[in-house]
Amino acid sequence: MKIGDLAELAGRNLREALLRNSLTTMGIAVGVASLVAMLSLGVGLQNLANDRLARTGLFDAIFVTPRSNYPGFGRPEGPVTMRKGPPRALDANARRQMEALPHVAEVYPEIRFPTEIHYAGNPYGTVVAGVPESARADGAFDGMKGKFFSSPSADEAILQIDLAKQLSSQPDSLLGKEIVLRYAERQALPPGPSGKDSAGGGISIVPHEKNLRVIGIVETEPAAGIGGFGRGRLLIPLEVAETLQATQANDLRDLLRDGPARRSYESLTVRMNGTTNVKAAEDAIKKMGFSAFSLLDASRNLSLVFAVFDLFLGIFGSLALVVASLGIINTLVMAILERRREIGVLKALGAADRDIRRLFFVEAGAMGLLGGIFGVFIGWLIGHAINFGTNIYLSRRSLPGISVTSVPWWMVAAAIAFSIAVSLGAGIYPASRAARLDPVEALRYE
Amino acid sequence: MQSTGKIAIRTDHLTRHYQMGAALVRAAQDVTLDIAAGDFVAVLGSSGSGKSTLLNLIAGLDRPTSGAILAHGRNLAEMSSEELAKYRSHTVGIVFQAFNLLPRMTLEENVELPLRLAEVDRNERTARVREAVERVRLGARLTHRPTELSGGEQQRAALARALVNRPTILLADEPTGNLDSATGDEIMLLLREINETLGVTIVMVTHERPRAERFAHRMIQMSDGKVVSDGAPQ
Repeated sequence: MKIGDLAELAGRNLREALLRNSLTTMGIAVGVASLVAMLSLGVGLQNLANDRLARTGLFDAIFVTPRSNYPGFGRPEGPVTMRKGPPRALDANARRQMEALPHVAEVYPEIRFPTEIHYAGNPYGTVVAGVPESARADGAFDGMKGKFFSSPSADEAILQIDLAKQLSSQPDSLLGKEIVLRYAERQALPPGPSGKDSAGGGISIVPHEKNLRVIGIVETEPAAGIGGFGRGRLLIPLEVAETLQATQANDLRDLLRDGPARRSYESLTVRMNGTTNVKAAEDAIKKMGFSAFSLLDASRNLSLVFAVFDLFLGIFGSLALVVASLGIINTLVMAILERRREIGVLKALGAADRDIRRLFFVEAGAMGLLGGIFGVFIGWLIGHAINFGTNIYLSRRSLPGISVTSVPWWMVAAAIAFSIAVSLGAGIYPASRAARLDPVEALRYE
Repeated sequence: MQSTGKIAIRTDHLTRHYQMGAALVRAAQDVTLDIAAGDFVAVLGSSGSGKSTLLNLIAGLDRPTSGAILAHGRNLAEMSSEELAKYRSHTVGIVFQAFNLLPRMTLEENVELPLRLAEVDRNERTARVREAVERVRLGARLTHRPTELSGGEQQRAALARALVNRPTILLADEPTGNLDSATGDEIMLLLREINETLGVTIVMVTHERPRAERFAHRMIQMSDGKVVSDGAPQ
């Protein structure tokens, strides 16, 4: 029999015992809903964790520093292997070389320096940090008051709430106000007249001022990853911070090693497009002659933990579907008893055992398909209910809303396919029993 | 229509035994006969004589314990269940005493069912159903369900269903058993018409001797699973 005719006959048979078949289908739907709800929670929590971790910049970032010839603090005592020659400078050339590596999203230096700000005639000591433009998109400033920098070169500032409270008892009133930043600018001196020192004449430290407009206040420390800007109290665009040429902790080392004209970075953060290529980039940077560090292994372990978590949620969610499959077996066995004579007639009219088997399979598959579709819908509703309840709970604690469940398209397709597969599996016994019926016996059945 | 001389059905030492509890039932024993193509044969006998067993064996619904059944030269005993299904679909049409129409289908859908099973093209089906239904003069009742038809109409519908795949052999198991005398005669006239106009070989199981004598060309009497007499009606 052709598949169209099989489907039509199966549909007719299913409509014949509508209540029983509907209840069986609802049983499957509940099973699928339980599976989808469980998996959506697992996937949602994984997405949430990944999202939060991505915002920290921990897993798609490589923290790069120059190699040191000096043993660090806390290292075990004993002979120290010294590298030959000076370590490679982490300068603009190295930065460009890293930017050219495949799958690198951006490379930015850590610029952080102590400063003094003036507001309403009073001085306040604080730490300034430069914020890369990418922070606008990666959600590090979600939930802030005010707005992000209008451009990468804007003379604007975002304050940490602690600093804002120092400046004013009503921090929100600072938005739109001007503050004055006093900082120490490093300037290279011309070579000395003696000419003895070929490296140059040294550097001078010159106080400078810059006016900045407050455009935002952050309540919590923005997640900014390894070597990021999170510890700054006054945040300014990185491009602006770089142009200030403010004195930093590594200036003395630069002066001694390279002279006053050449500047290098204390560290660089290399952000990748995702976590896939972090290892390759890390190795490439090490080959360039720098120290590189990433938390890739931690990210891999997290994925493994969630894979196991999802597996267990899936197993528990599937239990209800297994129970529902018993309902399918029961329904189809009942259908064989009721339609025994009809099966005999079909065989007398030319139906092969294969046709009868396929007819019952199509009926089981149709219940699986409908149950799968309803189940996914119910599971999706349960997911939304969980999200709704979670967000009510969080809002009562003045916390920002989150999504703890997620029903991606692959889950919809997989749940429906799984439902059909389980239903077909449940249909094997009834279908083969129906196909094996002796037509003579079946035709005698009253 | 009288037989053409060609053999439509041949049984050779056909035996069918089956177990019922501890007892061995010999439903058909060493039945050997030839049925010519285009013949109208009545198989008579009392209840349990083996006539329905013989019909089921010829229909390919049952398999012999031993012996052979040849339909148009092909031995049904050696066919796979798939081949037997094709044989039932294309070579034989069967009508039953209880009509066996599917109650949730209309007359048209019931008649169309063998065409679906034979995977006949959907476009061709309507014409084939119409032709079969017109032959049994039920053209006006296409959309009616079996419960809306009289007994005679139901048996005519069953005849249309048996003929829709244009079989060469029509097997009828007590086709008038559930009908009153007048309606039974109508069905018998229809069977005669089918035999004469289409040349279909008819094997009819019945216990109504007078009716068999009136319509059949040949009468086979069975008793205890054996053929006890075989010949033209008196």
